[in-house]
Amino acid sequence: MSKMTGAQILLRMLKEEGVDTIFGYPGGAVLDIYDELYRSDMRHILVRHEQGAIHAADGYARVTGKVGVCMVTSGPGATNTVTGIANAYMDSIPVVIFTGQVPTKLIGNDAFQEVDIVGITRPCTKHNYLVKDIKKLAQIIREAFHIARSGRPGPVLIDIPKDISNGTTTFKLPDEPELRSYNPTYVPNRRQLTKIVDLIKAAKKPIIFSGGGVNLSKAHRELTALAQKTKIPVTSTLMGLGGFPGTDPLWLGMIGMHGTYRANMSVSECDLMIAVGVRFDDRVTGKIDEFAVNAKIVQIDIDPTSIQKNIQVAVPVVGDCKITLEILNQMLENEDLGDLDEIRKPWRDQIDAWRKTARLSYKQSERIKPQYVIEKLFELTRGEAVITTEVGQNQMWAAQYYHYPEPGRFISSGGLGTMGFGFPAAIGAQVGMPDKTVVDIAGDGSIQMNIQEMATAVQYKLPVKIVILNNGCLGMVRQWQELFYDRRYSSTQFVHLPDFVKLAEAYGAVGLRATKPEEVEAILKQGLETPNTVIMEFVVEPEECVYPMVPAGAPITNMLLV
Amino acid sequence: MKEEKHILSILVDNQPGVLSRIVGLFSGRGYNIDSLCVAETTEPHVSRVTMVTEGDAPILEQIKKQLNKLINIIKVSDLTDQDTVVREMVLVKVGAKAEHRAEILRVTDIFRGSVVDVGQEHYTIMATGNAEKMSALLNLLKPYGIREIARTGSIALARDLKTK
Repeated sequence: MSKMTGAQILLRMLKEEGVDTIFGYPGGAVLDIYDELYRSDMRHILVRHEQGAIHAADGYARVTGKVGVCMVTSGPGATNTVTGIANAYMDSIPVVIFTGQVPTKLIGNDAFQEVDIVGITRPCTKHNYLVKDIKKLAQIIREAFHIARSGRPGPVLIDIPKDISNGTTTFKLPDEPELRSYNPTYVPNRRQLTKIVDLIKAAKKPIIFSGGGVNLSKAHRELTALAQKTKIPVTSTLMGLGGFPGTDPLWLGMIGMHGTYRANMSVSECDLMIAVGVRFDDRVTGKIDEFAVNAKIVQIDIDPTSIQKNIQVAVPVVGDCKITLEILNQMLENEDLGDLDEIRKPWRDQIDAWRKTARLSYKQSERIKPQYVIEKLFELTRGEAVITTEVGQNQMWAAQYYHYPEPGRFISSGGLGTMGFGFPAAIGAQVGMPDKTVVDIAGDGSIQMNIQEMATAVQYKLPVKIVILNNGCLGMVRQWQELFYDRRYSSTQFVHLPDFVKLAEAYGAVGLRATKPEEVEAILKQGLETPNTVIMEFVVEPEECVYPMVPAGAPITNMLLV
Repeated sequence: MKEEKHILSILVDNQPGVLSRIVGLFSGRGYNIDSLCVAETTEPHVSRVTMVTEGDAPILEQIKKQLNKLINIIKVSDLTDQDTVVREMVLVKVGAKAEHRAEILRVTDIFRGSVVDVGQEHYTIMATGNAEKMSALLNLLKPYGIREIARTGSIALARDLKTK
């Protein structure tokens, strides 16, 4: 057996795990690893800020389904990834983060660029490691990838002191990890599924409520089959968009604070809710005591802590969404469900009535309406683009007015709500899917939070399209101030903004701008056809609000409509 | 819902940082820790954490699930519903003037404690028992002037050979 350095072992293990792309930024504590990278054929995307690296790895993981990998140095390099790690943790995205650390002898000495990143990230990683013995490095990397991608996925961090990466040891390929204390349950208890079958047969007003778990386990086909077989309408969380075709007649639209009227009303009136891969977040449920009060709730989730956390459920099922729905569909095959067209008619009529009461809509004016830009974008890309979003109004309009056919198409910071996520995530998505059109839907506020990654996109010739809905302010915060703070616009107006067209040009990208509704289509077309990184700025109606809206803490039927 | 004390017996990997994961989980999610004891088991790679915590039924369910979710935690047993032996140890430094010494010794005796250190004007008494018993002892010693107390917090084992 040959001697290898820690850096060599690291790169060897990355190969073993099927990694071909890393997003990172070098520094003192990872010099030996970068020296090894220099000699290897591993693709390294050099970002311009470590936050960009972690979000790009996250976006890459979301579109490819593979584990995203991020590598940074110690101290500030490590702390700059914390927001992105928390983001991946909240949305259950498999990412492995390698951080450099000062040599083991200096740990605890307040050495230059030393920070206790394992301590800092303990509450926002699925697991993390400080490598203290080079002999354990290979095994730890294997475990980290296993933990990141299995069960409910999540970020795993490995902190590697410099004397570990430049030390040597004999390398032995580690065995498949067997963790005595970690065994996710994939296959559900069949008895629980029998109860679901009975509930489906008895239900008069059922709905399916799907979430990010459906996308993560790629259970979209099984979910669609279940809905179509039982003729049960489907609503989903923000994270669940793409899990059920947004153009299907059974689709109710998104639920929650900015959900559709019919989705929120259906949830309140339903007598059976089949919740799949959701965690009943407060933005979804509104006032929890009045959420789905008439329903028997079935909850399917791979993470037992998600079940009964916020809401009491009648039938808890711990299992992988895809496997569970597969078995449930098989069981339903042998059941006589009766004439479902007839049985579901009153419920369908009721939902149709709600649909007519309040559709998603906006009023055209002389100024560009942001919703119109997204509708046009949907039209021109035929719904086939990968859409990433920032956070705020841009995110909600992207969720409402673009319709997603499958998982991995709507990439958004759901749990943490990280402004600045969308653009680096789009870079990661484009790296993972070079042939797809990738569009970041941004606001003028959030795009500035990671604008430095323009240089990354241009350097690697990534033709990411950035749609900036420029309303000159922090739109969502301004909306809350308008509605709940008597229009006291405290620090939400951007008195000065950069010229986004010139900014794009300064980075070597293409900049386009539309200021009138009649220019929107032409600019979108031009931007989408340009094979470079493009910023398309749309100067939109500044006072436009996202509707419907449920005030925070109110029941979700308490909706402000347009 | 009713808040109840629960004794959790938690088997964990004996590794640095594991205790911090447990404690961080409790502080981050706003759960209570009444007491905490950690020591090795017969397996050198495994430690037992005995923890007394408080909460209503849904909170306790979440606590157990969240603990189980931590990668380094091997097993979580709630000893509250099982037949269990529970003990804690107290060391108490109590003022002991000549005229009170006999009385203090008698009280100590009743609680099957022992005097482990003697000074000119004090005794240090060691006693074991459940939390209520220890509190009763301390109450009785109070009039003599308690100078310092060290309590271990509860440790517990199920009476059954196999912990459920």
